[in-house]
Amino acid sequence: MKPRQKRMAFLALGLVGLAVITALVLNALRGNMVFFYSPSEALANITLVEHKFRLGGLVEDGSLVRESDGLTVRFIVTDLTKSIPVVYTGILPDLFREGQGVVAQGTLGLDGAFHADEVLAKHDETYMPPEVAEGLERAKSARGATSDQPGI
Amino acid sequence: MIPEIGHFALIMALVMAMVQGTIPLVGAATGVTPWMRLARPVAQGQFLFIVIAFVCLVYSFLMHDFSVLYVAMHSNSALPWYYRIAAVWGGHEGSMLLWMLMLSGWTFAVSMFSRNLPDEMVSRVISVLGLITIGFLLFVLLTSNPFTRLLPAAPDGQDLNPLLQDVGLILHPPLLYMGYVGFSVVFAFAIASLLGGRLDAAWARWSRPWTTTAWIFLTLGIALGSWWAYYELGWGGWWFWDSVENASFMPWLVGTALIHSLAVTEKRGVFRSWTVLLAILAFSLSLLGTFLVRSGVLTSVHAFATDPQRGLFVLGLLVVVVGSSLLLFALRAPRVKSEGSFAGASRETLLLVNNVLLVVAMATVLLGTLYPLLADALGFPKPSVGAPYFELLFVPLMTPLVFLIGLAPFARWKKADLPAMAVRLRWAFGCAVAVALLLPLVLGKWTPMIALGLLLASWVIVTIVYALVQRARRARELGTAPFAGTTRSYWGMQLAHFGIAIFIIGVTMVKGFEVERDLRMDTGDTFNVSGYDFRFDGVAEHSGPNYAAMRGRVQVLRDGREVVTMHPEKRVYSARGMPMTEAAIDTTLFRDLYVSLGEPVDNGAWSVRIYYKPFVSWIWGGCVLMALGGVLTVSDRRYRIAVKQRIKGESPAPAQPGAVALAAESHS
Repeated sequence: MKPRQKRMAFLALGLVGLAVITALVLNALRGNMVFFYSPSEALANITLVEHKFRLGGLVEDGSLVRESDGLTVRFIVTDLTKSIPVVYTGILPDLFREGQGVVAQGTLGLDGAFHADEVLAKHDETYMPPEVAEGLERAKSARGATSDQPGI
Repeated sequence: MIPEIGHFALIMALVMAMVQGTIPLVGAATGVTPWMRLARPVAQGQFLFIVIAFVCLVYSFLMHDFSVLYVAMHSNSALPWYYRIAAVWGGHEGSMLLWMLMLSGWTFAVSMFSRNLPDEMVSRVISVLGLITIGFLLFVLLTSNPFTRLLPAAPDGQDLNPLLQDVGLILHPPLLYMGYVGFSVVFAFAIASLLGGRLDAAWARWSRPWTTTAWIFLTLGIALGSWWAYYELGWGGWWFWDSVENASFMPWLVGTALIHSLAVTEKRGVFRSWTVLLAILAFSLSLLGTFLVRSGVLTSVHAFATDPQRGLFVLGLLVVVVGSSLLLFALRAPRVKSEGSFAGASRETLLLVNNVLLVVAMATVLLGTLYPLLADALGFPKPSVGAPYFELLFVPLMTPLVFLIGLAPFARWKKADLPAMAVRLRWAFGCAVAVALLLPLVLGKWTPMIALGLLLASWVIVTIVYALVQRARRARELGTAPFAGTTRSYWGMQLAHFGIAIFIIGVTMVKGFEVERDLRMDTGDTFNVSGYDFRFDGVAEHSGPNYAAMRGRVQVLRDGREVVTMHPEKRVYSARGMPMTEAAIDTTLFRDLYVSLGEPVDNGAWSVRIYYKPFVSWIWGGCVLMALGGVLTVSDRRYRIAVKQRIKGESPAPAQPGAVALAAESHS
């Protein structure tokens, strides 16, 4: 092959490779993005039912109930405006506490409960996942907006 | 008093770094030798001051000086002394100081082991390192001073986060930082060469041992972090594709690519600008990793409370470093012509494909890690990209790469005879296919992924064995001792590749055959997992130096014979009242048994997690083999020949050291 042809061959191969990889990446990304919602946002969005997402907020005080099999737990996640009951089977992370921030991954069932297949651990008790903090903030400002309306 | 000395030493180090970062650079540009010669002593002085500062902080921790804010936040009077030392890097300020110590330590090493390099080169390299040092010292002094006083002093410290009270903390950050920061040396070499317009085989040869050394530390650091997460987090996973893990994995991927492209640049004089670009990229990714970890912009299972202000500073530093080095590259790289040519089928091409695959893999990790940030910045809802994304991409990217590991060592430089190679390697490939098809059946479960993993691993092993047999045979034909002419760097390469095969076996077996069970167990209950009977004998109280624990007893039996008694614990650390799960793990070469306690349920019953992990220790064993391969390569004598030659040649006349070194290298 002449140098020019060789260069063209490299270039063509490179482009084909790039196309294949882009397709793979986009496909992988589309299938595996999980979005985060606060309870208010999750309840307002009907399309979420039966789709995997992350639910975050505070664990409501006194809401943790353990079923007799010892593994299934129920608790309520709230953003202080709306709340959603969560069911999870398995061992909760060490720093899971009532009254503290939590992020759970799973699906919202037709029964109105969020079926978590993962409750995410945190490593520091003072740490609040930024999404949870933002979710609480959004819920709060939404609450503020609605309570302002009657005054107008 | 001691903390003030430490603080002062940091300021002195900054002054030294300012001299180090400017005067030798100007000296090199204008040809003033005394200015260039200043580089070494100034760098050594800077190192000394950083060491003083570091020792001061260690001393404050050992002496329980709770009038130092950082000590009060991360230590406690009940903390054992070895954790008090490790606590120095248990928080942000101290870990940045450790970063600094590593950076000036590497600079010190360059000043010591660069006697065979020309003055001009050394002064530029040390100056570039000095400029980086200035940036990070300003960062430490302005935003995260570890010596800030707390007045009045705290009566006792808040204790180190219990998760960090472990041998993992003692070793993992120093190793990882050694690796991260080690790429700064290669980066400095690349920048110095761009400045001097000297990007030749000698430059590549100087950079190689430094790159490999940094890569060894990074490999060990990542492996240790993975092992630590495995046994300490109580989840039994060894890699989470978490943003912080990805932050250390990206420089590793690029560093691996760099090692291979440096080999081509040294031997064949091609890929020069690409190699420089990789060197810049590797260090930039190390900085990006520091930014991601320190800023807390990403939700991570590793995230600790963080401060966005600091993140902004590191981001600024990142932009300056990447921007200026890419600008320099754009201005200078077009002048760097690669010499020599190679055919489409040659070892050069195969190594190029290796590089492309590694860099693309890095790019997919980068995209997956930064996509949430990107979406957030563009005003879209912020998603998280989970493990399935990475796994989906890594299998198709790594499969051809691992195939090349077996193939490339058989290819000739310049022009390879592909059909002849195919003939020679067909038996090796046949063996690998047979193993992949039959072994899973023997193990009792055949899935495409298990078969693929075993195919790749056995392909690598069979080709290594074949290569060695061939070498021994050729030696016999020549009448020399087997492996007489085999260099340590060749052994190093084969060992590192063998490590990859071991790693793949570990991953394949764990993914394919692991068993994970969460159970409720009453005292006396027995549960069978993969042939092992786990009997729960209840829980008793137990106390440690700074924690109280509930300690379980789990008896493991196989066919009625006792295998091991395991003691998983649930601890509560007194200073923070923070609970911690301490898993019990029984490791043998072929499997791990893993038991951890959940919570008490009722009447002495507990929720218990039982894992059976076949071959899991091979994952880290493979990484250790890769690192050992790196050690063998660095110890190759051809990197030391130049030094010896110089000492010999020095006595008659102090001729230009670089020239002698080059002369010595050209025939090795």
